[in-house]
Amino acid sequence: MSDVFDPTRWKPAPFLPEADARDPALIFVIAVLCFLACLTALGGLAGDRAAGGWTGQLVGEATVIVRARGGESPDAAAARAAEALAGVSGVTEARALEREKAYALIRPWLGDGTDLDDLPVPRLVAVTLDRRAPATAITLDRALKAQGLDAVVDDHSIWIKDIRRAAGVVRWTAIAIFVLIAGGAAAVVAFATRAGLAARRDVVEVLHLTGAEDSQIASLFELRFARIAAVSGALGAAAAGLLGAGLRLAGGGQGITPALPIAWIDLLAVLPCPILAALVAAVAARLTARRLIQGL
Amino acid sequence: MSRNANDAAGNMSADEILRFSRVSMRYGRGPDVLSDVSLSLPRGSFHFVTGPSGAGKSSLLKLIYLAARPSAGSVRLFGEDVTQMAARDLPRTRRRIGVVFQDLLLLDHLSAFDNTALPLRIAGHKASEYRGDVAELLAWVGLGNRMGALPPTLAGGEKQRLAIARAVVNRPEILLADEPTGNVDHDMALRIYRLFVELNRLGTTVIIATHDQDLVARSGRPVLHLEKGRLKPLPPQGPVT
Ligand SMILES: Nc1ncnc2c1ncn2[C@@H]1O[C@H](COP(=O)(O)OP(=O)(O)OP(=O)(O)O)[C@@H](O)[C@H]1O
Ligand SMILES: [Mg+2]
Repeated sequence: MSDVFDPTRWKPAPFLPEADARDPALIFVIAVLCFLACLTALGGLAGDRAAGGWTGQLVGEATVIVRARGGESPDAAAARAAEALAGVSGVTEARALEREKAYALIRPWLGDGTDLDDLPVPRLVAVTLDRRAPATAITLDRALKAQGLDAVVDDHSIWIKDIRRAAGVVRWTAIAIFVLIAGGAAAVVAFATRAGLAARRDVVEVLHLTGAEDSQIASLFELRFARIAAVSGALGAAAAGLLGAGLRLAGGGQGITPALPIAWIDLLAVLPCPILAALVAAVAARLTARRLIQGL
Repeated sequence: MSRNANDAAGNMSADEILRFSRVSMRYGRGPDVLSDVSLSLPRGSFHFVTGPSGAGKSSLLKLIYLAARPSAGSVRLFGEDVTQMAARDLPRTRRRIGVVFQDLLLLDHLSAFDNTALPLRIAGHKASEYRGDVAELLAWVGLGNRMGALPPTLAGGEKQRLAIARAVVNRPEILLADEPTGNVDHDMALRIYRLFVELNRLGTTVIIATHDQDLVARSGRPVLHLEKGRLKPLPPQGPVT
């Protein structure tokens, strides 16, 4: 068996065998992890946007309930309150709601038969706040008290706080899950590196005894697993991106629901996934390989 | 790193390449497999290491090729005390040593050519610089027409010669061979032995561990004889046939 081997055309072959029987399983596991990480990121972004939308609507408004006192008519009290509030800095507009609107709000509790004109039905003043420097509830309250008005200010701050808290929980949960998944991917790669080093002990030993630096040997595994993770990351990101796009299309302009509005721009969040996965894998492989080689 | 640095140490002459001073060695917490071994080899010498199986021949070579450290005593190689050497300096020293391992350690997924070129690649040389040398060397050990073959497809003697080619491709100052004629017939053993003689003539210090008493006797080379981990004077020679 004579082989046709031309030394002048020889190219150095990779020290590590190109493919390993374990590679497909590893690619699958890392791809699944990347897919989950991308979904978490998309969910976090959508949750953030939902919370931003709700608080955005609430933050620019306040409602004031005015009760007439003494002989003053409710309408006159409301008009006076609106006037007082309009003068406060941080208020863009203050408008007393018509009697009908106040009645409409209260009628369901009292029934159609009641003559509301006989009752001291409070009036509402809708306040639009300056979004850049909104007046606080306390300022509004003070302005009303100064006019001797019996009024309660609701600037929705309790709601807003609740929504913000919920959004914060969503965000931190998403970040925590993301970190967990990255850690899981790193552990998988560390495990695979260890198995790879054990399986390729011959290569490691020969390189080591022939005078290779530890870092030279480690970089073989680093490159190998970085490449595998990059491929896996691309697969996982593509799957998550497709799912996100599907949800966006299915849900129309709102995204899947108003509660989880996915925007096209959010889908860009999956792009760094292959690079991040490769980085995590490279670091995990390098640390694992170096520790094992130093034990030779 | 001048060679004359030896003189400063006082006890190593300029042409000494290796010195063991009261060296003992053990594996983990096991018993000593080498005990109180002292020796000094001049540069350019040719020695055999003999002894019964388990006497410590491979262990002695491992100390020299820096795969193990002594549990006591010191090993000076190229004028440096390698037992004191920082871990980061070991690779540089290993590149000056060629080894034919007892189990050869050829990489089965790499061609004969790639196996041979491996030490040059590790040392950072470019393929264009050494292509011709590697081909020439493989021809010299008689593998000129097997350069693209994978080790599992080579015969025993071919594997031995491939391992020798890899051991010497980087022109080591010292060449260690552990049973290089272990699995080959008498004629092949002689052929391989002549390769070592040739390399020695070119200036390489050679140390061969072997069971082949016949080869040792016929060569007339000096012998380091080990028994139970200790250097012993050679037992009385039987008649050479
Ligand atoms: N990796 C190891 N771990 C523990 N003990 C070992 C190891 N390698 C060798 N030994 C022990 O060290 C002693 C010397 O072994 P060594 O391989 O140096 O002998 P040798 O002279 O080369 O034998 P052979 O002629 O069979 O190759 C033996 O008792 C052996 O069992
Ligand atoms: Mg041995």
